[in-house]
Amino acid sequence: MGPQPSDAIIRVRDITVQFGTNRILDGLNLDVKRGEILGFVGPSGSGKSVLTRTIIGLVPKLSGSIEVFGVDLDAADARARRAVERRWGVLFQQGALFSSLTVRQNIQFPVREYLNLSQRLMDEITIAKLGMVGLKPEVAHRFPSELSGGMIKRVALARALALDPELVFLDEPTSGLDPIGAGDFDELVRTLQRTLGLTVFMVTHDLDSLYTACDRIAVLGNGKIIAAGSIADMQASQHPWLRQYFHGKRARAVMG
Amino acid sequence: MNGDPTLEPIAQGNGLALCAAGPWIARFAPDLERIVADAEKLAGSRPNIFIDVSQVSKLDTFGAWLIERLRRSLTQGGVEAKIAGLSVNYSSLVDEVRRVKATPAPDASPVSITGMLDQIGRSVAGVGATLVSLIDMLGAVLAASGRVLIRPKGFRLTSTVHHLEQVCWRAVPIVVLITFLIGCIISQQGIFHFRKFGADIFVVDMLGVLVLREIGVLLVAIMVAGRSGSAYTAELGSMKMREEIDALRTMGFDPIEVLILPRMLALVLALPILAFLGAMAALYGGGLVAWLYGGVDPDAFLLRLRDAISIDHFIVGIIKAPVMAAVIGIVACVEGLAVQGSAESLGQHTTSSVVKGIFFVIVMDGVFAIFFASIGM
Repeated sequence: MGPQPSDAIIRVRDITVQFGTNRILDGLNLDVKRGEILGFVGPSGSGKSVLTRTIIGLVPKLSGSIEVFGVDLDAADARARRAVERRWGVLFQQGALFSSLTVRQNIQFPVREYLNLSQRLMDEITIAKLGMVGLKPEVAHRFPSELSGGMIKRVALARALALDPELVFLDEPTSGLDPIGAGDFDELVRTLQRTLGLTVFMVTHDLDSLYTACDRIAVLGNGKIIAAGSIADMQASQHPWLRQYFHGKRARAVMG
Repeated sequence: MNGDPTLEPIAQGNGLALCAAGPWIARFAPDLERIVADAEKLAGSRPNIFIDVSQVSKLDTFGAWLIERLRRSLTQGGVEAKIAGLSVNYSSLVDEVRRVKATPAPDASPVSITGMLDQIGRSVAGVGATLVSLIDMLGAVLAASGRVLIRPKGFRLTSTVHHLEQVCWRAVPIVVLITFLIGCIISQQGIFHFRKFGADIFVVDMLGVLVLREIGVLLVAIMVAGRSGSAYTAELGSMKMREEIDALRTMGFDPIEVLILPRMLALVLALPILAFLGAMAALYGGGLVAWLYGGVDPDAFLLRLRDAISIDHFIVGIIKAPVMAAVIGIVACVEGLAVQGSAESLGQHTTSSVVKGIFFVIVMDGVFAIFFASIGM
């Protein structure tokens, strides 16, 4: 491991993202610390996914800087970028599984690209990953079009975890899962974080996830982080949207 | 402890300790697999083998699985193997991989003679199924047209005009350009060869008959099949993939009426227009080359053209256009609705839409040729 300045695995500074004249992110700052699970919330359409995609490099930004693992992604050359990309995994909202490949091939796709493993080991690891996300080995031969929505999410997570990344981006991981499945998923994220020392950046709307899985919560509003801190800090906040979010009917139901 | 991962066998009394050390992570997986394979040979050599992982600096799924694989093969060798010195951090990961079952069966069945015969049989049967589905679609479109005629409010004018713009208006430049060039080439080739026996002027006859009866409409139909047929298939196919067509159905709309009828109608109107424009462009191109290259001046060209062709030639050509348009449209729509869930399937059906579209256009042209010959037109 190289030097770890201030322990921030992601450092986002003053980024501005604009689509046409519509400013989505406006001078946003955010730190994600090593080993934490950061829950990222905000109203629909506030740009949570845009921020995720900007950090991963899928959306161009107008200004600002992004450092991941201490590497400035704008200054990095293609080699350095690839090295960073190999260390993170991304779970897209719709799964984004390759529709022409089977589940097994989907999970092995990044492994095949980055590591030179025997087919036997790859198959065994595939089964292990499927087991980790709560799927049976038989699923391995199916195509994405033959899977249910929840299974697609799980397979996509297995693919995101295929290379045992240090950092994973989860875009609404529990949406579309039944409550038990979602609870298992939170538990799974927790387990993986403990065992692999994983850092998790999770965009979510699931209050259960926020309570049970997240160490820290950041709230996006008006293109900026309006609050960041523990769940207790969020509940104490006087911000109107936060009050509604954490003291609304659903929040009370979650808290019992 | 940042060097390479290692696995040292150390004798302990009558037992054997396999001491794993270093980073057991994905990056070193190929080395680790070899180390583990070597260690597996030790199975049965001692009555009591255990794996000591207390010196492992880093562990991920790959490392944990390889340790588990080693443990299993040592156990299968008749001795009970244990994992010792596991830190709390990694115990849940090791527990996780311990639950992994045996290796899966391979994906596809291997290639065999029976498999190939099976494939051939299926493709042959598929030809019949294709014809049936085309006739099925033709019937559905005609039934939908009937319903629209009875209840004209169900007709989607906006959609039809939109598709008419896409397949007709926007296709004009490329269609005119290509037919113009083809006209030029026919004329040049004709003059070049006819000049040898002093029959230059007959190039006008050839150009007129060929362009108006055959080439004009056939070429334009092939272009439209490639340009608009493929677009229809891709549009309908991606709508099918995203369940948009199912959504329409559940809201009580008929996808044939809403999606396919406007497209078919636009195509049936567009192709005669494009075929006419194409024929004119080809004649113009041919005339231009005849004048500049063959020395046939425009007045002579027009005079000769008027003698050479009659309105019959034009009618024979243009009457084929809407029929070909219908064939292209039906093939494209059938293929679009046959798309399954994957991007690969969308690609396959778009390809086969164009291939089948062009094939049926040429077949229709042949059928028309026989028909017109027998009625003496």
